[in-house]
Amino acid sequence: MHNQTIAELAKGLQAGEFSSQELTTAHLARIKQHRELNCFITVTEVEAIAQAKIADQLISDGKAGPLTGIPLAHKDIFCTQGIKTSCGSKMLDNFQAPYNATVIERFNQAGAVTLGKLNMDEFAMGSSNETSFFGSVKNPWDHSAVPGGSSGGSACAVAARLAVGATGTDTGGSIRQPAAFCGITGLKPTYGRVSRYGMIAFASSLDQGGPMTRTVEDAALMLQTMAGFDSRDSTSVDKPVPDYSKDLNDSLAGLKIGLPKEFFGDNLNAQMAQVVEEAIAEYTRLGAEVVEVSMPNINLSIPAYYIVAPAECSANLSRFDGVRYGHRCEAPEDLNDLYIRSRGEGFGAEVKRRILIGTYALSTGYYDAYYLQAQKIRRLISDDFKKVLSEVDVLMGPVTPTPAFGLGEKTGDPIEMYLSDMYTIAVNLAGLPALSIPAGFVDHKPVGLQIIGNYFDEARLLNVAHRYQQETDWHQQAPADIE
Amino acid sequence: MALTTEEVNKIAYLARLGVDEKDVDSYAKELSGILNLVEQMSSVNTEHVTPMAHPMDQVQRLRADEVTEDDQRALFQAQAPEIEAGLYLVPKVID
Repeated sequence: MHNQTIAELAKGLQAGEFSSQELTTAHLARIKQHRELNCFITVTEVEAIAQAKIADQLISDGKAGPLTGIPLAHKDIFCTQGIKTSCGSKMLDNFQAPYNATVIERFNQAGAVTLGKLNMDEFAMGSSNETSFFGSVKNPWDHSAVPGGSSGGSACAVAARLAVGATGTDTGGSIRQPAAFCGITGLKPTYGRVSRYGMIAFASSLDQGGPMTRTVEDAALMLQTMAGFDSRDSTSVDKPVPDYSKDLNDSLAGLKIGLPKEFFGDNLNAQMAQVVEEAIAEYTRLGAEVVEVSMPNINLSIPAYYIVAPAECSANLSRFDGVRYGHRCEAPEDLNDLYIRSRGEGFGAEVKRRILIGTYALSTGYYDAYYLQAQKIRRLISDDFKKVLSEVDVLMGPVTPTPAFGLGEKTGDPIEMYLSDMYTIAVNLAGLPALSIPAGFVDHKPVGLQIIGNYFDEARLLNVAHRYQQETDWHQQAPADIE
Repeated sequence: MALTTEEVNKIAYLARLGVDEKDVDSYAKELSGILNLVEQMSSVNTEHVTPMAHPMDQVQRLRADEVTEDDQRALFQAQAPEIEAGLYLVPKVID
């Protein structure tokens, strides 16, 4: 059962071949069996079985939708009422969210089952899941490698068939990069497409939630439930949600694909380049036309991001003060001591680095040189995208410069770690949608193909990616010890 | 751009963020490295570029001034480390 997709399982559930309770129990057993992967921070066994019972009733009453009874799991950044929501941090180890994120609420209403909460880099700051207070996650393809981050638990759980689909969030690549490293499909929607209400904020102008699944078809089903206007999120965009499954099979004849030449420079591992080029050749066989494009400012993405994201993070994380919720130090001497020690004890090293950089960049005398300049460069990068996306339908390139790196390999050097996101960050600065699909292997580790589209063009991205999955079977392959 | 340990301590205080004395040197080194990485930005002429704060260039949505949320103080305060009579408690600020 666990090798089937959401679309297949929904058919089986509705045909009465098995119940959601059986499906859920089977996945809970798999989670226990693969504890060594460390995907889950919290497994909500009792709640999951209760949800499955309700789903089975809905199915027998003929009231089921495509996600009813499907066991999913959520990144521990989404607030879940009465259930620990840690954001991968000691700061929130004792936090039981008093309400549900809109995304969680929507999945509940669709009748989906929540298996538990998934491991992640602390406050979504990291590219390897190694900054989690709850320990690193293993890559299911190679236990000595990272699963990517920050949605590492999500990617690993889906790849290892512990959950049929998962949610992730993407601030600088945190859905696409782990999806690529674990050989699954991950979609970062347009900024404003999916509500951020109840999604713990890291960098508010960049954060966006999205689906992580084994197939594009499943990503379309999950996005259908996640997307849409939410009055509780002031940046949610009030725009109709199209039917994401309707055009999946449309022909790609005449599709114009742009290849940003800056994505194929010296930083890209030669074997990775070959995998990406082969994937693009598949698209030409499908009738697409490929042109080289140039985005001269894209190489400034990492510098601009490492000011904008920490600046927003330092402001957002000021709410964790040991007063209203979260960790509080023992016996504070005075109010300052309470703030300083609660935050000092509650946050890990990477979060501290980013708060410090952000505080510095926003402090008197440095604002213009850093934050304002970064915002201007953000405009230049966004304009580069606007220009090329007026000439082509989608952009394609690698997701990462290398396949999954080793556990511990980059933890000693934050900059080395930051550079692993060089191909994903620009999309967040511009607010565009992009996805990663499996396109091959290098050193027995999965490689992702990145497809970037225009604002609110998720349906086309899904169509373009789905057609590739009809021609290839990279997305159907499973890690060796995942039976 | 290199940050001194004094600067790191000053920034940490601005952020009310406890940093172990033994880690200050490594933070100074790492933060200086990050500042060097972002230094590339200074070579770009952005004189006539409008800063971009947000991908959608949205304006704040307005709504009617009506009560839309119920009072959930007790629920939210159930998460607090220390409360009394509906108030959050912190160490004494004024003697």
